[in-house]
Amino acid sequence: MTARIGVITFPGSLDDQDAARAVRRAGAIPVPLWHGDRDLRRVDAAVLPGGFSYGDYLRCGAIARFAPVMAELVPAARKGLPVLGICNGFQILCEAHLLPGALNRNSGLRFISREVQVRVENTNTPWTSDYAPGQELTLVLKSGEGAYVADQATLAELEASGRVLVRYAGAASPNGSAAGIAGVCGEDGNVAGLMPHPEHAIDALTGPGEDGLGFFTSAVRALVAA
Amino acid sequence: MTIQDTGAETTGAETTGAETTSAQDTVAAAAATPQRAQPHAQLGLTADEYAAITKTLGRRPTDAELALYSVMWSEHCSYKSSRAHLRQFAEKAPPADALLAGIGQNAGVVDIGQGYAVTFKLESHNHPSYVEPFQGAATGVGGIVRDILAMGARPVAVMDALRFGPADAADTRRVLPGVVSGISFYGNCLGLPNIGGELAFDPCYAGNPLVNALCLGVMRHEDLKLAAASGPGNKVVLFGSRTGPDGIGGASVLASASFGAGSKSKRPSVQVGDPFMEKLLIECCLELYAAGLVLGIQDLGAAGVACATTELAAGGGPGVGMQVRLDTVPLRDASLGPPEILMSESQERMMAIVGPAGLERFLAICARWDVEATVIGEVTDTGRLEMTWHGDLVVDIPPGTAAEGPVYHRPAQRPAGQEALLADDPARLARPGTGPQLRAALLDLLSAPDAADKSWVTEQYDRYVRGETVLAAPHDAGLIRVDEQTSLGVALAVDGNGRYCRLDPYAGTQLALAEAYRNVAATGARPLAVTNCLNFGAPTDPAVMWQFTEAVRGLADGCLALGVPVTGGNVSFYNQTGDAAIHPTPVVGVLGVHDDVRRRLPAGFSQAGLRVMLLGRTGAEFGGSLWARVAHGHLGGRPPAVDLDAERSLADVLVAAARLGLLAAAHDLSDGGLAVALAESCLTGGQGCAVALAGDAFTGLFAESAARAVVAVSPGAEAEFAALCAEHGVPSAGLGVTGGPSLEVTGLFAIPLDELAAAHRATLPALFD
Repeated sequence: MTARIGVITFPGSLDDQDAARAVRRAGAIPVPLWHGDRDLRRVDAAVLPGGFSYGDYLRCGAIARFAPVMAELVPAARKGLPVLGICNGFQILCEAHLLPGALNRNSGLRFISREVQVRVENTNTPWTSDYAPGQELTLVLKSGEGAYVADQATLAELEASGRVLVRYAGAASPNGSAAGIAGVCGEDGNVAGLMPHPEHAIDALTGPGEDGLGFFTSAVRALVAA
Repeated sequence: MTIQDTGAETTGAETTGAETTSAQDTVAAAAATPQRAQPHAQLGLTADEYAAITKTLGRRPTDAELALYSVMWSEHCSYKSSRAHLRQFAEKAPPADALLAGIGQNAGVVDIGQGYAVTFKLESHNHPSYVEPFQGAATGVGGIVRDILAMGARPVAVMDALRFGPADAADTRRVLPGVVSGISFYGNCLGLPNIGGELAFDPCYAGNPLVNALCLGVMRHEDLKLAAASGPGNKVVLFGSRTGPDGIGGASVLASASFGAGSKSKRPSVQVGDPFMEKLLIECCLELYAAGLVLGIQDLGAAGVACATTELAAGGGPGVGMQVRLDTVPLRDASLGPPEILMSESQERMMAIVGPAGLERFLAICARWDVEATVIGEVTDTGRLEMTWHGDLVVDIPPGTAAEGPVYHRPAQRPAGQEALLADDPARLARPGTGPQLRAALLDLLSAPDAADKSWVTEQYDRYVRGETVLAAPHDAGLIRVDEQTSLGVALAVDGNGRYCRLDPYAGTQLALAEAYRNVAATGARPLAVTNCLNFGAPTDPAVMWQFTEAVRGLADGCLALGVPVTGGNVSFYNQTGDAAIHPTPVVGVLGVHDDVRRRLPAGFSQAGLRVMLLGRTGAEFGGSLWARVAHGHLGGRPPAVDLDAERSLADVLVAAARLGLLAAAHDLSDGGLAVALAESCLTGGQGCAVALAGDAFTGLFAESAARAVVAVSPGAEAEFAALCAEHGVPSAGLGVTGGPSLEVTGLFAIPLDELAAAHRATLPALFD
């Protein structure tokens, strides 16, 4: 079978074509999903791309979580549908309570757009199985509100259960994220959120390299095996 | 229309905009009360212009008509002081098949092959960015993006050319961070990669920062749209944001007058941007275009509804008119009357001409994108632009009279001090001679704000979105892939040099053109077309007008010599506070086509052991140089000699070498000469280099002779590349090899890359963090 991976477009989504390209390069069929449709079009997995959904008004992701498509996505994710939120998509998944914590304003109070090194901490998820434990990747960070925060109990629980998916490599996180957390996953591992962009790191011609492709090939492998 | 300039023009400097006028002033009332006094001077119209309007209409204008003419005849919209000179761009245009739409449209459109066309334009938002840096710069991006969208293209990238007062001045710390975050906020939120630009500092910009924004769009040939209404009965649809009281009279009050003591009170003339709405507008317009529902389209920028209606009606040609019901314009503030609605520069609005049969589908697509769309009128065959307000006729004019505007032939006079300035040759300045002195001079240049690393700025801009950015700052030009299958791409560079232009505006403008042309070629792209943003002081000053005429003549002659047509541009006058004008600062954008972006040439040395070569001739040229300014605070003498034949040959070599795979890197030489270029190539690519210089080391390192580039030759391609240079008559000299931990100039100095990087990268964070 060829996996069908949905890419949701909200008003203000910007990296949807990039996410669709990454899905295609990984060998799956990208399926456009529209925020206003309560229809997941029989996809096997879904990506919530980066951008500024609804202009990030009120709070990043706060309005998008109420989009009609989310009424379908949330129960499907709870039943095991692999879902990856990137940047604004991560913020939406946090607002939808599919992932714990929240993303705050960067510690330097400015938008950051540059390549960053991250370390893969958990490879037992459908989004990271193609990586080696501890593998370092070069991805692209581009966000103004990317500082991951959660209460102490949640942070301890994330660490204890291996739900910190990726962490900024090096001494300090570039944006003030707690414990250098760059991405987390839900209790079952199928829902994942990343602040850096793997879809911008799939080709050395247009990004820092191909390190990000593994998130998408992992999903394809998991879906074909399922 | 030509109006005699009696010198009676108001500068408008101390006025704060339109008085709220009665909404009931109608055409009938105007005819009945011919003597009623009207505030034409406060709206920036001269007595002569007011008289011309009265003569055209055969009566005094209504308040709404006065508002409309005042913004349409503003310098910003009418180009009344520049138009007589800008004709040279058409008259001297080189023969070029590539131009699909040229000057006069919202932006020029260029054929790049494979059925693709690109459109690009550079525009100023200088005055708003000084009054309110964040919103001024943000809406500058928004405005140029809508210009590109109105041509039928998908906007795919932005760039910006920025100039501020001294980097360490208190006001620069207010203006620069605000401008950068405004560009970052708006461009990032639109999903347009920012692929490069310029950042320069000079005391002359302290009261008049320059914020010039460029947008690039891509379309298929058949998608080209023009700003023209036609077909009586077709609907005039206003869509996007509601109209509010922001930016009223921005074109006339703000953009077309100098700053005086009352500048802060101009804040209501600055617009407020909503990039989220603009993103929806982009996707909505592209879906409307694809559905074939748009017969004509115009963005709303300067002069808002007044400009969009008059230009669409006038663009339709003789006999085309338009009937508009101003009371149907959706408002954010219900108290606005016809003059304010006409003058408002509320952002994120477009106006389309739509056939009655397609209207329902048009409105449905707008609704899908949550974009409000309202039919506000119809196209007519009366040849008149008629507007009503609750049934009363408040505007009734021939649209061409507003769209065309007056033309001034303003006096130009070479300033008295110009000769002395040219005679003040930098040869008299003390020069570094020893190795340690030359080493220190290079570190001083690299850490000077003009040449320092610009990551503090560019790391606030998203360069990655859309996944088509092949090169961005700090490379010589931005390079965007247009077709993923064929690897066709376009390169863009913007350059300007106010110091050169102050010394010699004709040569200085050609040097700006040559630098942008060279930067595009340095990526391996073939230069194809030109846009410009001409930033000058007040055109009422004959010295400024002389600078302007020289610059325009230089650009037109230069484009003819290089075979690249001017496709459009923008003029920004009144960049002065009191009597002090900025340096004449034409900023030139050059667009090139890249056959295969996989063969792009980066600026950095990223591989060791490659032969480094210098292309072009070096002379002891220091007039207006970075060295003279940083080491001595000096500006005088003649700028580097212009040799456009040499520029052409150099570009031919670079483009051919990229195509043949002979080069691993190429970097143009400009401010700071060879020394700064080598340092940049080392830092960008992460490899050191060891070079040896023949002749005077100071000249070799810091002279700013034009038509030069430094390259790293691919392994084994040395002979073939030397033959290519010889074939094109481009002088080439081996300098040394790449690799090693430092930038070493044999017998003089070595600077470890860490030290080089520290000097280069510390400056802007230290100033602005």
